[in-house]
Amino acid sequence: MYKVDVVLKNETGLHARPAHIFVTEASKFKSEIILKRDQDEYDAKSIISVLCMGAFKGDTFTIIAEGEDEMPAVEALKVLIDNNVGE
Amino acid sequence: MMQGIGVSPGIVIGIAFIKKTEKMEICKMDIANTKAEISRLHAARETAKVQIGIMQQQVEAQIGSEEAKIFEAHMDMIEDKTLFKDIEKRIQSQKVNAEWAVKEAADKFISMFQTMENAYMSERAADIKDVTSRLIKVLVGVESVDISRFEQEVIIVAEDLLPSDTAKMDKTKVKGFITEQGGKTSHSAIMARTLEIPAAAGVTEATSIIKNGDALVLDGESGQVFVNPDASIIKKFSLRKQGLIASKNLLNAYKGVSSTSKDGFTVKVMANVGTPEDTEAVIKNDSEGIGLFRSEFLYMDRNQLPSEEEQFAAYRIVAEKLDSKPVIIRTLDIGGDKALPYLGLVKEENPFLGYRAIRFCLDSTDVFITQLRAILRASAFGRIKIMFPMISDVLQLRQAKALLAEAKESLRKASVQFDESIAIGIMIEIPSAALISDLIADEVDFFSIGTNDLIQYMTAVDRGNQKIAHLYNSFHPAVLRLIKLIIDNAHKKGKWVGMCGEAAGDPKLIPIFLGMGLNEFSMSPASVLKARCIINNTHKKEMESMAEKLLNMSTAEEIERFIDENVDICSGKETLP
Repeated sequence: MYKVDVVLKNETGLHARPAHIFVTEASKFKSEIILKRDQDEYDAKSIISVLCMGAFKGDTFTIIAEGEDEMPAVEALKVLIDNNVGE
Repeated sequence: MMQGIGVSPGIVIGIAFIKKTEKMEICKMDIANTKAEISRLHAARETAKVQIGIMQQQVEAQIGSEEAKIFEAHMDMIEDKTLFKDIEKRIQSQKVNAEWAVKEAADKFISMFQTMENAYMSERAADIKDVTSRLIKVLVGVESVDISRFEQEVIIVAEDLLPSDTAKMDKTKVKGFITEQGGKTSHSAIMARTLEIPAAAGVTEATSIIKNGDALVLDGESGQVFVNPDASIIKKFSLRKQGLIASKNLLNAYKGVSSTSKDGFTVKVMANVGTPEDTEAVIKNDSEGIGLFRSEFLYMDRNQLPSEEEQFAAYRIVAEKLDSKPVIIRTLDIGGDKALPYLGLVKEENPFLGYRAIRFCLDSTDVFITQLRAILRASAFGRIKIMFPMISDVLQLRQAKALLAEAKESLRKASVQFDESIAIGIMIEIPSAALISDLIADEVDFFSIGTNDLIQYMTAVDRGNQKIAHLYNSFHPAVLRLIKLIIDNAHKKGKWVGMCGEAAGDPKLIPIFLGMGLNEFSMSPASVLKARCIINNTHKKEMESMAEKLLNMSTAEEIERFIDENVDICSGKETLP
């Protein structure tokens, strides 16, 4: 298992287009990827799940991956978030 | 005659094609082999994916990549793990058929998204609905009504049209839309305006009253629909249609030229806009800017106030689309007849004389400053001007300007870019402001005369009251005299004056206002070229003396008759630019 904490800095948060971009990126990896905020877990490969998470600018959560490509998966998603998810 | 709301202008005479939304009865069935049922689900999902992909390509090719984006969202949904895990779990645990499981899961997610207080999420509910009903259709094996090919030209009559409907529609044969649901901002209305075909929405019971093959006359301006009309109606509307086409072609010649009278007086013909989508029409009709950007749409049809970000994004898009052309944003004009439930404002006896617009904003400074900051931030991306509505005295203007200064200061502190010299103006729509417009002119950069409210307040007439509506008259000598006073007062102080009420687009009044020295005319985008045609075929100097004469006449009827008899209004026969 590999995990990292991230802070959302883009204006839209994980909504609208950024949510789509994020889920598309996550889906490229084989590992199970979840986003954990407080006690709640969300599936990073599901647009419905990510939208339900309702993450806004300034929110902190953990990206956790489990599987053969867990490290590159988490790092790629972290880079995406650090780069404001394409905004 | 059936009456709906006109959502896309133009006249069409044609044959009805009824597109009923197929109401599929989905039965709950017990399934022994859940594994096989799940494979059936997966097979249906693959078929649905292919269908969505095809539609995406078609729309991209036929309409545009922006419109095709909706199918990207559909693709996200059909590939969604959460949705499919939920469906599979239902099949496994309840041992039910896939159709039933899809329907149950869809209901759950749709209601979940619908309750979220955010327009974006409600739209995603529509996506889930579109995608899951497609999936169910594939599972059941129902062929949708084929609207991808028509033998002849048709007017589509439907309860409502989904993006997937308009996507596969044969655009070469569809000449109009009539829908029972929706309004100006619904998907089908926007699509109709993009395709430039007439459309009426809110036509109650259209799909039950109109039958396949009925002859229809549809007026997308007034929202009127005639079913199997007699020859006289058909003749009347085909004449109007020919007239519209002829004048439209002629008016196209006025694109790309300045709005300058025959004797060289240049004004600006701008457009009134209610939503960011309207900017397409603004650009297409070669408007010289947006003279009135109503910011209310951002606040309506929702459960909470829009954030600064959301507003900033909307203003910025418009400012960028208009490029170097000016955009006058009117700050929130809410209250009166436009209520917002979530603000918790008390229903008033006399809303037009009540707690609305700037009166509300000066009390709710949080709401106001949020909007001002959003407008200021967007001013870094185009030529934005700010306009305050419903100002009745100088003090209110000073208060509004103080809050604007506060908003500017907070942005400076945060080193956020904005236009430091952003122009400030007010709507002149209250007689008290009109009468002291010389005093107000010292403290603003411009005026915009809001004739709709100004006339209502001057003549003490509620236009909605049929018994007295005739007393509301733009030709009333008092109205014209007051407008002249406002223009003169502003000009004495070196300020310019615009007009954004309906009178600004009235072909009979345009030459008169030109004569009075009005600098900017703002109207619905569709009227812009006509107004430019009128202005470019008028001598301003001649109209000056004409206006002088009118101001000494006693009645509105006299004035209107005098204009009819003495002012040549561009009828399309005039010389081209």
